[in-house]
Amino acid sequence: MNLGRAGSTAKAAGRLLATVALTYLGLLAVTFFIGRVIPVDPALAIVGDRAPEHVLQRVREEMGLNKPVWQQFALYVGKAAQGDFGTSVLTRNPVWQDIAKTFPATLELATCGILIGAGLGVPLGVWAAVRRGGVADQVVRVMALVGYSVPIFWLGLMGLLVFYAKLGWVGGPGRIDVAFEYSVPTVSGLLLLDAALAGEWEAWGNAFSHLALPAALLGYFSMAYISRMTRSFMLNELAAEYIVAARAKGLSEARIIWRHALRNAMVPLVTVIALSYAGLLEGSVLTETVFAWPGLGLYITNSLQNADMNAVLGGTIVVGTVFIGLNLLSDVLYRLLDPRTRAR
Amino acid sequence: MLPTSLPTLSRRVLALAALAALTALTAPASHAATPKDTLVVALAFDDIISLDPAEVFEISAGELMGNAYDRLVRFDVADPSRLMGDVAKGWTVSADGKSFSFELKPGLKFASGNPLTAEDVAWSLQRSVLIDKSPAFILTQFGLTKDNVKEKVKATGALTLTLETDKAYAPSFVLNCLTANVAAIVDKKLVLSKEANGDLGYGWLKTNYAGSGAWKIREWRANELVVLERNNNYHGAKAKLARVMFRHFKESATQRLTLEKGDVDVARNLTPQDLAALGANKDVKVTATPKGTVYYISLNQKNPNLAKPEVREAMKWLVDYAGIGETLIKNIGVVNQNFLPQGLLGASKESPYKLDVAKAKALLAKAGLPNGFKVTMDVRTVQPVSGIAEAFQQTAKRAGVEIEILPGDGKQTLTKYRARTHDMYIGQWGADYWDPHTNADTFARNPDNADDAKSKPLAWRNAWAIPELTKKADAAVLERDAKKRAAMYTEIQAEFRKTSPFLMIFQQTEVAALRGNVEGLKLGPTSDTTYYAGVIKK
Repeated sequence: MNLGRAGSTAKAAGRLLATVALTYLGLLAVTFFIGRVIPVDPALAIVGDRAPEHVLQRVREEMGLNKPVWQQFALYVGKAAQGDFGTSVLTRNPVWQDIAKTFPATLELATCGILIGAGLGVPLGVWAAVRRGGVADQVVRVMALVGYSVPIFWLGLMGLLVFYAKLGWVGGPGRIDVAFEYSVPTVSGLLLLDAALAGEWEAWGNAFSHLALPAALLGYFSMAYISRMTRSFMLNELAAEYIVAARAKGLSEARIIWRHALRNAMVPLVTVIALSYAGLLEGSVLTETVFAWPGLGLYITNSLQNADMNAVLGGTIVVGTVFIGLNLLSDVLYRLLDPRTRAR
Repeated sequence: MLPTSLPTLSRRVLALAALAALTALTAPASHAATPKDTLVVALAFDDIISLDPAEVFEISAGELMGNAYDRLVRFDVADPSRLMGDVAKGWTVSADGKSFSFELKPGLKFASGNPLTAEDVAWSLQRSVLIDKSPAFILTQFGLTKDNVKEKVKATGALTLTLETDKAYAPSFVLNCLTANVAAIVDKKLVLSKEANGDLGYGWLKTNYAGSGAWKIREWRANELVVLERNNNYHGAKAKLARVMFRHFKESATQRLTLEKGDVDVARNLTPQDLAALGANKDVKVTATPKGTVYYISLNQKNPNLAKPEVREAMKWLVDYAGIGETLIKNIGVVNQNFLPQGLLGASKESPYKLDVAKAKALLAKAGLPNGFKVTMDVRTVQPVSGIAEAFQQTAKRAGVEIEILPGDGKQTLTKYRARTHDMYIGQWGADYWDPHTNADTFARNPDNADDAKSKPLAWRNAWAIPELTKKADAAVLERDAKKRAAMYTEIQAEFRKTSPFLMIFQQTEVAALRGNVEGLKLGPTSDTTYYAGVIKK
C-alpha cells in the first residue's frame, strides 16, 4: 500500500518534470526560430556597418551561422543543458551574468508593483462589488478604465514631469543617484535589500525615491486589472445562496464580505494575481525605457533588436521559469484555499 | 466600514491629512546636484559592444577610446588639417615616401605604471592587424598584412620605431589613419598577462582597460553606466575633474528632464524639439560642432528605372533641400550636396540642386518615363531620416514618382542594404578617420561590381560600376602634394554630383546641452575627439 503510494508520487513527479522539460524545449524552439526568421544578420550586429566582407564571413562562421538552423538549435540546447548559455554579443558578458544583473532590478520593481497592485486592487474591487452601481463602483471603474487605456509610456513621462521635475518628490530615471554609485556593495542585486544590509540608509532612501514612481505606476496598472477581476468574482460570490443563508443567520455584513465571500473569491483571484506578477517580472519594456531602469525587459528587447540570440534565449528561460514557478505556486495556494482540492 | 457616511467636513480634513502624510512620506532626500568633482553625462550608449581599441568602431565607444588611449599622432581639434604628436615627439618620411620613422616622447607611462615604449606602440599596431576586427582595414589599406606586419612595423630602439607602406601614399593619408582608434596604444605587458589561447588579450581587453590616456576606464555596465577616472600618469595636461560618469538614457525626453533638474550636467542625444524647448531655460546652454557624418539617399542601379542617368539626375531635383534644412534638420545639420563633409581636405561647397519639379519631369520624360514610376525605399524608423524620407516621398510624387516607404529597424534595413536587395535607401556615413580618402573610398570607388566582390563599398552596395572614377580616387590617395591632392578631390566630387546614384542631403551638426556651470566642453568633429580633460564645473 505504502509502496504503491510512493510509486504514484514518483510517477506524478516524473510527469511534472517531463512537462516542465517539454515546456522549456518548446519555449526555446519557438524563440530560436523566431529569432532566425527576423531578417537581421546577427553577425552584422557585432561587426557593424563598416566591416569588410571577410571579417563578416569569419564572424558568421565563429557564430555557427553557416550551419543548418536545426543544428544550431541542437548545439544551443546541448550547451544550455550543461548550464552554458553562451555570451551576449552586445555586452560581451556571459548571459547568466547579465541576467544576474538585470533580473534583480526587475524583481525589485515588479514585487513593489504587485504589492501595491494587489494591496489596493483587492480592497477596491471588494468595495466596488459591495457598492455595486453606487458612486464607489463608478469611481473604481473610472480608475480601472484609465489604467487600461492610458499608455504607460505617456503616464510615466507625465509622472516624471510632475513628481520628479516639478515637485521633486521622487528621484529621477535610473535606480540610484550617481553620488551613491559604489556606496552599496552588491549582495542580492536588490538595491533596497543590499543598502539595508550594508546599513547605508541614505543610499536606501535614495534608491527608494527612485523606485517609488515606476513601482507606483506598475502598481496602478496591475491594480486596474486586479480590482476589476476582484469585483466580478465578488459579485458572483455575493449572489450565492450561502451568502443569503449567512445574512439570514444574522452575521455582520463585514464578516459576510471579508470572511465568507472574499475567502471564496480568493481562490480564482490568486491565479489572477500570480499571473499579473509574472507579467511584471517579464520586465515592462516601456516602463524600463522611460525610467532608464536596467531590467530584464529592456535587456531582452535590446538583444532581440540586435539578433543577440544567446541573450534572448537566456532571458526567455528566465521568463519561462518565472511563469512555471508562479503557476506551481498558485496551484499550491489553490489547494490551501480550497479544501475540496485537498487530497483526502 | 468605509467612511462613506462621515460628515463632509471631516472627510475634507481626512483628505488633507492624507495629502500631508503623502507629502511627508515622499519628501525628497535633499536634492543634491551632481558631485562637484564629477561630470555626469546623459548619453545613449547602447552602441558600445567592445572596449578593445582594435575592435571599437562605434560612436560612443569611440569617444571613450579618444579619452582613454593615446596614439602616435592626433589632429588638432581647432584646425583638423593640422597634425600634432601625441606620444610621438616627431616623425620623418623617407625620400621614397614608403617609410615613416617616429620618435617618442621620453618618460611616458601607462595608467598601470608600466613604461610606454616604442615596443608597446609597434606591438599595438601589429595586434590590431593580427586580431583583424572591423576597423583593421584602416591599417591594412597601406599594405600591412597578418604575414608582414611584424616586419613592416618595428621598434628600432626604446623610443624609436618605423612603419613601412607598400606604396608611396600621401603622407597626410598615412598619418591621418594613425589618428584612428585602431592605432591606439595598449599596454603590452598588461594585455599579454591576460592572454588566453593566443588571443592577444582580446577576451580580456574587450571589457577592460590598458591605456595611457587622460582618463582610465573604470567600468562599463552595458546600457547603464560608464565611469572614467582621471589618470594621474597621463603625459599631457591632467584632467581637471576626478571622473566622468555616462548614464545611459535612451530617451531624449528623459535626458532633457534630468538636465533641467540638474541630475546630469550634459545631455548628448536631444531631439530638435527638446533642444528648442531648452532654449527658454537660463540654466542651460548649448554647444554645437559640424561632424564628419553625411546623410544621403541612394538609388540601387540594379533597378532598371533608377539605372537611367536621366532618372538619377531627376531624383536630385526632387529633394526639397531648403525645406528640409529649415525644418527637419534645423540645428542638427546643414545642407551639403557632396560626399566630403566640410572640414576635410578638398571638401566642396558646391550645391547646385534645389527642388525643381518641372526640370525633374522633363528629365523623366527624356528617360521614357513621362508618368513617373513606382519604387520602394528602406527607411530606419528614427529621426531625422524617417522625416526626410516622408518629405522626399511627397515631393517626388509631384513628378509621378510613387515611393513606397518600407520602415524597419536599423539592423534590418542594413542587412538588406548590404545584400544590395533594396531599391532606394536612406543612410548616413561618418568618416572613419580624418582624411578625404575615407569617404572617397566608399562613395567613389568600386573596384569590382560583381556580386561576390571582395570589397563592398557604398558604390558597390548600389551596384554603381565606375572603373574611371575608381582610378581617379586611387590616384588621389597617392598624390603627395596637398594642394594637388585637394584639387583631385574637387574634380571627383564634381563628377560625383552630376552622375552618381547618391542624393547627398546634409552634414550632421552635433549638439550637446549643458548646465550653465560646465565649461571647457567642445564636441570634436569625429566621435573620438570629444575630450573631457579640460572640462571644469564652476
